[in-house]
Amino acid sequence: MTALAEPEQQTDGGSRAKLVVVGNGMSGARALEEILARGGSELFDITVFGDEPYGNYNRILLSEVLANAAGEAVDNEDADGFDDDELFLNPVDWYTDNGITLHAGVRIVRIDRHAKVVMGDDGSVTGYDTLVLATGSRSFFPPMDGMWASKTDLTPGVFGFRSLDDANGMLEHVADARTAVVIGGGLLGLEAAAGLQAHGLAVHVVHPTEVLMNQQLEASASKVLRSKLEDMGMHMHLGVKTSEILVTDGAVSGVRFTDGSDLDCDMVVVTAGIRPNIGLAVLSGLETQRAIVVDDRMRSVDDDDIFVVGECAQHRGEVYGVVGPLWEQAAVLADVITGADPDAAYHGSRLTTKLKVAGVDVAQMGVKTPERESDEFVQFSETGRGVYQTVIIRDGTLIGATLVGDVSKVAALTQAFDSRSALPEERVKLLFDLGSADDSASAADLPDDTQICNCNGVSKGDLVGCVHDGAETVSACMDATRAGKGCGSCKGLVREVVEAALGGAGAEDPADSYYVPGIPLDKPTLMQEIRAQELKSVSAVFAALAPEGRDDVASKMGLTALLRMMWPDDYVDERDGRFINDRVHANIQRDGTFSVVPRMSGGVTSPDQLRRIADVADKHDIPMVKLTGGQRIDLLGVPKEKLQEVWADLEMPSGWAYGKSFRTVKTCVGTDFCRFGLGDSTRLGIDIEERFKGIEGPAKMKLAVSGCPRNCAESMVKDVGIVAVEGGQWQIYVGGAAGATIRKGDILATVDSHDAAVQLTGRFLQYYREHANWLERTYDFVPRMGLDYLIGVIVDDTEGIAAELDERMQAAVDAYVDPWAADQDEATPGQFHDALPLIPLPQVPVRSSEGAPA
Amino acid sequence: MTASDEAVSVRLGPVDQIPVGEGRAFLVGDEPVAVFRPRSGGLYALRAICPHRGGPLADGLLDGEVVMCPLHNHRFELASGSCVSGGDVDDVAAYSAEDDDGELVVSLVAP
Repeated sequence: MTALAEPEQQTDGGSRAKLVVVGNGMSGARALEEILARGGSELFDITVFGDEPYGNYNRILLSEVLANAAGEAVDNEDADGFDDDELFLNPVDWYTDNGITLHAGVRIVRIDRHAKVVMGDDGSVTGYDTLVLATGSRSFFPPMDGMWASKTDLTPGVFGFRSLDDANGMLEHVADARTAVVIGGGLLGLEAAAGLQAHGLAVHVVHPTEVLMNQQLEASASKVLRSKLEDMGMHMHLGVKTSEILVTDGAVSGVRFTDGSDLDCDMVVVTAGIRPNIGLAVLSGLETQRAIVVDDRMRSVDDDDIFVVGECAQHRGEVYGVVGPLWEQAAVLADVITGADPDAAYHGSRLTTKLKVAGVDVAQMGVKTPERESDEFVQFSETGRGVYQTVIIRDGTLIGATLVGDVSKVAALTQAFDSRSALPEERVKLLFDLGSADDSASAADLPDDTQICNCNGVSKGDLVGCVHDGAETVSACMDATRAGKGCGSCKGLVREVVEAALGGAGAEDPADSYYVPGIPLDKPTLMQEIRAQELKSVSAVFAALAPEGRDDVASKMGLTALLRMMWPDDYVDERDGRFINDRVHANIQRDGTFSVVPRMSGGVTSPDQLRRIADVADKHDIPMVKLTGGQRIDLLGVPKEKLQEVWADLEMPSGWAYGKSFRTVKTCVGTDFCRFGLGDSTRLGIDIEERFKGIEGPAKMKLAVSGCPRNCAESMVKDVGIVAVEGGQWQIYVGGAAGATIRKGDILATVDSHDAAVQLTGRFLQYYREHANWLERTYDFVPRMGLDYLIGVIVDDTEGIAAELDERMQAAVDAYVDPWAADQDEATPGQFHDALPLIPLPQVPVRSSEGAPA
Repeated sequence: MTASDEAVSVRLGPVDQIPVGEGRAFLVGDEPVAVFRPRSGGLYALRAICPHRGGPLADGLLDGEVVMCPLHNHRFELASGSCVSGGDVDDVAAYSAEDDDGELVVSLVAP
């Protein structure tokens, strides 16, 4: 892309191009600043015309001019308010310093586009090469009797609210006024009303619809704002129009409504909207509709040498009346004019408004109400406290939000709105922290002794101390304190606390993206390398891919699981790569004994099994026999060296209650017995468990099947949960949890048959096995991938991999062997040897069936 | 069983009874000792009981540097017994372990 440098804009032996700016309000000034920032003073001789006799000032501070003067102005006859420097964006000196010629108080009345000159009302004629129109807008005064004293002057006591003169005029008047009527309950009108109220006036707001601030707010939000304002003593006249301003002795004495009623007042402020100043453009033959029509470079569509910015510009049908878009337009215009980026383009603005109206915080961005049936709409209303909040989400992106009364979430929302970033799965978190201190402000506010990690007893103070001792990353603090290393559910909060202590996000720890800490690769890359180099054992992976070929204790389990998934048939088993549970196929307990859970698919057992279990418990003095949450029977307190014997006596296969693997399918009694049953949940649960038993993955997988929506098997809080619904169908939920984290699963699909439910379950689990990070449960995995995406891949086969997923899952199913049967002979020397010699095991108390220690 | 310089030193049988990359527990006098045989070579001995909550260190995963207790993942240096996993856990006693021509010899002295 070549730069379109325009020769006449180059510095050329002192004859610089002439740039003329008409309008010295906020947009004109902003455009100038942007042009100067791009070396504009080298490129141009700049002349500025402003018809207000001031340097440019910050119009959005006008309401503060009015309100701030309140304190001192009440008894002050000549309260002309405000000479605060901050009101003026650029003092007159600024123009001199930048070599800009300022003609304040000169109004440009015509542009001669052929001669390329502008003509002022003082008779001046000024040539230009490039012209910028920033003529802004003016108050709209609806036609009504009593408004005007003459063709140019308002009736004394009637004010617009647009210029510094307006504000100062009002300030002079308020000292003697008692009652004010504000015509127009928009943003500006309410600000004026609040300012006047601060001066002790009784204020009446007249608005033609029931919805105050209807440009920004929808009806419910407006209602909350209204009642809040009324609580503060403002009088609202909604749904009525003013037909006449009543005048007595040449000054305002009241207003008359269209219903014929009158209201006495001694001051009227008209804030019935604004109209772009386009007279000059119309006279000069530029295309105008509501405002001057511009292209994406902010040029008049008729004239490449005339640029337009601010409230007088109409871009793609939009005319903006707030400051944000103006900033964006000015930057584009400056890029094009100076040649800094000749291809810069303005694409329109997404509006965010945040303001305080009479002490009531209001923020609004994007759309006000849902527009499509599929738009998500989250609404919270607490009218007693005057709080009203909504967010509108389309296709997972925030497209609108309205906050009244409580705008504490506006920063996060604005960020999500502007960046179109990912949203919390629970939409309500956009508005609330839900009791968990999960934003940085609240993390920073926690007292030091707050326990952050409830597993390892790490307080906020411990974490902060770690940072003070020099830790620079979240993971360094976690390593040092062990926070987040138990169940892991506090990791988010740990991150918040550490980041707050670091005063920012801290150093990015690249290790966060690794599949396991000892191999500096993420999971997809790691899998690619393993496949390419045909690495089939844990030691081969370390040798090929770890820094200096070093093995790493914390990486072994994850690699073992990954290799077993990737090479179901020819994985090279190294027992030292397995966690003790997977070496001895039982779950280690606190005293070094193990728990034994035989498989009981679907939670269905038989008298024969129960008899055997009872006999085993007696024979081996099992300290406790307990029913598990997954509907199994757990024999606890078995010493390692007795495991083989217990398995043999049970004559039952392993229930895999120890692995990062497919665990259990919990079922209800379904159609066979239950009078509500809609589907044979027991059969489906047993079939799923028989098929996928022991399949290993990145983390454990707990499933359930319920025979009707009463959901007795708790299917909605399982990694995969299936619910029978009327019509012979099964709803498949994924990503649910009810452990360290609680999450309701999302509906992946509704299918018509038992077989389809089994197939989709397998396909989802295989996709999860292949794509989830080590120890990432489905409740994190599903929201990370996005439900829509998962539905696409798994149900609709958008990537065309469904058949492959099914095939690979089938291979894993085919490769299954029952580890209890397989390891009746030792797989390694001393596999079942006591690891705590001399210590009498079990150390746990033996419980009788009454539950008391025997 | 021989003793020298008050330290108990015991010949415990073939080194091969410990699978490569794993640990096994032995009794040396009255002391339970876990002996580790990392893939990167060498033999290391630590007191077999985790000072944190009594976990069986011989059942832990290991690499060339550390063993990780199976109960709460505390990590101890094979060579020194130092706890390197944070959280105010004591170090564990380290002992000397040698491969004497295929036979494992452990002495209750610092390595």
